[in-house]
Amino acid sequence: MDRQLLLSKLKTIVASYSHDKDALEYLNETTDFTKDLKINSANLVDVVLDVEEEFDIEIDNLSMERMLNVSAAIEIIETKLKEK
Amino acid sequence: MNTTEILSHLPYSKPFLFVDELQHIDENGVTGSYTFSEDLDFYKGHFKDHPVTPGVILTETMAQIGLVCLGIYLTATAAAGVPGHVMLTSTAIDFMKPVFPGEKVTVTAEKVYFRFKKLNCTIQMTNAAGEVVCKGTIAGMVTNKMNA
Repeated sequence: MDRQLLLSKLKTIVASYSHDKDALEYLNETTDFTKDLKINSANLVDVVLDVEEEFDIEIDNLSMERMLNVSAAIEIIETKLKEK
Repeated sequence: MNTTEILSHLPYSKPFLFVDELQHIDENGVTGSYTFSEDLDFYKGHFKDHPVTPGVILTETMAQIGLVCLGIYLTATAAAGVPGHVMLTSTAIDFMKPVFPGEKVTVTAEKVYFRFKKLNCTIQMTNAAGEVVCKGTIAGMVTNKMNA
């Protein structure tokens, strides 16, 4: 999947849980889900569940723990998509 | 873990314990009940001369029975085997009927998912007549610490 398309799909998902409009608008690979978007740990789980559904992949516990920012999320999604 | 053991693991005491008994619990859900004593302190002020159980207390009752008891059960029966603490993270509840002092309510919760330590349930409270008092969804994170 094209990196831009993946990023825009991810942006749509996190938009539902983000509490920082500016950080969301300027979302990029360095954006941190907790520090920048102010997403709490419970909603971080929802982000991961939405990612699973959107990309039809399964995220394991270890990946979940690493999925704290946009670049880690993209890397994990791309890896899981390749494994399919 | 049986229902008596679950109740003994609850981190609440009077006047903030809102579970009397659990009728049933399994990995998919829980049913429990509580009777609101007429002596509860908040009835003096909610409302002046017209005691009605506050919505936040109904929500708390649903959370203690539906989310916390189920969370304790699920973590105690999981591989690690240690009953966890449940931190409330979100609620979306609709209220249909008032609950007056002395009423007994029954809470039924069904697990929607329990993944990455987050427990999400649909939840419903009924009164002694079987009428739905309030219902919605409620979620929490299961942690090892009381105030993580």
